[in-house]
Formats: sequence, C-alpha cells, structure tokens
Amino acid sequence: MFSSAFELLITGDPGLYRIIGLSLYVSLTATLIAALVGLPLGALLALKEFPGRGAVIVIVNALMGMPPVVVGLAVFLLLSRSGPLGSFGILFTPRAMIIAQAILITPIIAALARQTIADLWVQYRDELAGMNIGTAGSVATLLWDGRFSLLTALLAGFGRASAEVGAVIIVGGNIDGFTRTMTTAIALETSKGDLPLAIGLGAVLLIIVIAINAIAWTVRRTGERLAGAA
Amino acid sequence: MRAPDSDLPLRFERVRFEAGNRLILDIESLSITNGAPTAVVGPNGAGKTTLLRLGMGLFEPTVGRVTWGGREKVPPTRRAILFQRPVMLMRSAANNIDYALASVNAPSRDRRRKIAELLALVGLSGFEDRPARRLSGGEQQRLALARSLARDPEILFLDEPTASLDPAAAKSVEDVLRAVAERGVKILISTHDLGTARRLAGDVVLIHRGKILEHSVSEVFFKEPRTEEARRFQASDLLI
Repeated sequence: MFSSAFELLITGDPGLYRIIGLSLYVSLTATLIAALVGLPLGALLALKEFPGRGAVIVIVNALMGMPPVVVGLAVFLLLSRSGPLGSFGILFTPRAMIIAQAILITPIIAALARQTIADLWVQYRDELAGMNIGTAGSVATLLWDGRFSLLTALLAGFGRASAEVGAVIIVGGNIDGFTRTMTTAIALETSKGDLPLAIGLGAVLLIIVIAINAIAWTVRRTGERLAGAA
Repeated sequence: MRAPDSDLPLRFERVRFEAGNRLILDIESLSITNGAPTAVVGPNGAGKTTLLRLGMGLFEPTVGRVTWGGREKVPPTRRAILFQRPVMLMRSAANNIDYALASVNAPSRDRRRKIAELLALVGLSGFEDRPARRLSGGEQQRLALARSLARDPEILFLDEPTASLDPAAAKSVEDVLRAVAERGVKILISTHDLGTARRLAGDVVLIHRGKILEHSVSEVFFKEPRTEEARRFQASDLLI
C-alpha cells in the first residue's frame, strides 16, 4: 500500500502534482492575505486603547477556534448566486477557497501577533514616544522588530490553512482538476477505498509542512543572528 | 540665538503630578533656560525621572502648566530624551540612527554623512554594521545618545545616562555631553552622582520627595548650599 503511494510520487503523476500545486497556492495565498490583515490588526489591538478593547481581544482569541465548516458555510452563503457577493461568480473556484481559508486563519495570526507585539510594546513604548513616532510608525516598527517571533504566528496560520478540509470542500466543491486539494482528495480517496493515493497525499502533506517549517526556522535563526536578536 | 519657535525657556508653573492617588512631583515654579547643562539631583525616587518626562512632554501634569517657549502642548520635534536603559531597535547601529533621522524627516541624501558624523562623535566609528543589540552596555548608551542627537534637539533630556556604566565608559559619555553642550544644545541631566553634576552642570536643581529644595548655579550649590538637605546630600548623608 505504501509502495503504491510513493510510486505515484516518484513517477510524477500529473494529477497528484496538480493537487499539490493547488493546495500550496491556496494555503500560501490565504496566509499572505491573512498576514496583511492579521498582523496590523494584532499590532493595533496591542497598541491602541479604546472602549471595548478587552471584548474585541476576547472575540479575536475565541475566533481562533472557529470551526472550518462554519466558515465554509458562511462564505458559501455569501458567494452563492442568491448571496450578496453572488454576482462575482467565484463559488467553487480556488478564489473562494482562498477567501474561506483567509477568514479562518486571520484571527489566529491577529491573536498571536497581538501577544507578541504587546510584549514588545512594553519595551519600546517610551523610546518611540521619545522619538515622536505616531501609531502607524509604531505599528510598522514593532512588526519589523518582532518579525522573527511573528514568523511563528504565520506558520500557525499556514499550518491551520493547509490542514483544514471542511471550509474548502464546501466552497470549492472538490472538483477534480480544478478545486481538489490534498486534504479534500485524502477525504475523497479514503471514502472510495483508494488508500494508496490517500496515504501518498497524506505523506506529501506532512513533508511539505515539515519542509516549510524547517525553512522558516532556518530563516528565523539566520535572521536573528544577523540582527543581533539571538 | 534661537528661532522664534524655540522650546526654550522650559517652564514648570504650579505643576503637580500624581500617579494613582500618590503625589510624585509638586513644583511651584522652575525655569530652564539656554546655557550650560542643568543637573537635576536627588536620591532615588525623588521625582527626577518624572520631572524629565514632564519636560519632554511624555507626561501631562495632573495640575499646572508646562510650557516650551511660552507655548503649551508642543510636540517633541525639537526635544530628545535618553533613557537610563535605552532600548536598541533590532537593526544595525547605523540603522538605529537612520531611524531617528527618518523620524525628523532628515533628507535621505544627507543621512549617510550624518550617521558617520554621529558615530564618530560618540566614538563608535566602524560600528555601522554591527547589530545594536550586540554592543556592550556602554556602547549601547553612546549609540542611544547618537540616536537622540540625530533628532537635532534643542533640549536633550538625559535620565541617569552614566548610572550603569563603569568609570571609563561614564567619562566617554561625559566627554560627548560636554561637546554637545558646546554646540548649543541645552542639556537637562538627572543624576544622583554629584561628581557628574559637578563636572558638567552650570546649574543644579535638588529634588527631594517630589519638591524642589534648591535651584542655584553650580558653584553656589556646591560651595554654599542654602538648605540643610543639600548639605546632607553633598555629605552623602542618607536623605530619606
């Protein structure tokens, strides 16, 4: 069974590689979008005092545990023909899958970034105030100086995106050759009893996640050493 | 000669500063004018740091007014502060200074030259590419001083800048401060080291328990102190 799985990989099965490519494209794009929203949001929550800030932090933290199927359902309702964004016609496309995953992992990145930036802000607050740096400048400075720690938040977001199946199967439809990802393919092949392909995909998914984490760890260690942070 | 929008004189008028319900500082009147450095001396917890932060504009008084050149609530574009334990930004020594230069919108074409000048001034030439956090405590203090000077301040506040330094490092910081003062920058330095005050200051403010007990020119303060507390402080008696 395992040998059949790795035979698919080694022989360069085009269907398998298409699935791997789409999975990476969807999850990495979703992580990028979630980072663009979540990192500044987390930093603002760390820096700015406003009424109801505590409640917002609790909600963002709680949303880290959002069930993917609920996100998938919400995005489905938004993008379906009768939904408010139905006119875009992107349901059952990779774009819909990216949107669903980005919504799913933005709270994870925002919540983890908020904690990291809050810790950094305690050290930097006086220094930045002394240099008359405003909120936007402070957010940019803290995001840059906290970049190595924030990499962990991005990895957590990517890990969640690449592992989830519930949201992408609802909004993507698991269409062969178009919206089928590694996780949805594993679920389908398992239900069909084609275990070699399911195992092969599972192994590839694990290898990719480990490889991306290893690259990120190396980048972090090297960057920290060069910047004098470690 | 200062520009019409000068931050000097710096005046504290009937200023009280409270944290929670605790009175930290209670100043009837204090005027800081252009000239030789002013040393703010007193025991730990006297209110020296709070005075500097009020003067910098980082704190607002609970009661009373702080004015810069006769104006209230002036943003600190012409003031800079060096904290007792400065935080180095996670970048190179040169980029730490560049950050401060950018904060005052210094033209990018001049920045490389200014960075080199400032590093030379504080004795850190050749340290441009060194990660700031890898520098020794004394080097970080001097780099932080260069970063403060990058903002081209009219008033420079220094909170115990030599407190955690060994005598050699403290002397090099004092030498830089002397050179900076000679360039016309008004220095307001808090210290509990009377030696630093004696060597640097033109006038001395003694604070104890949040109140100014004495403000006089340095020679008078050290030769003919007017208050019993000043005499005891100079005799290294404990002021409690």
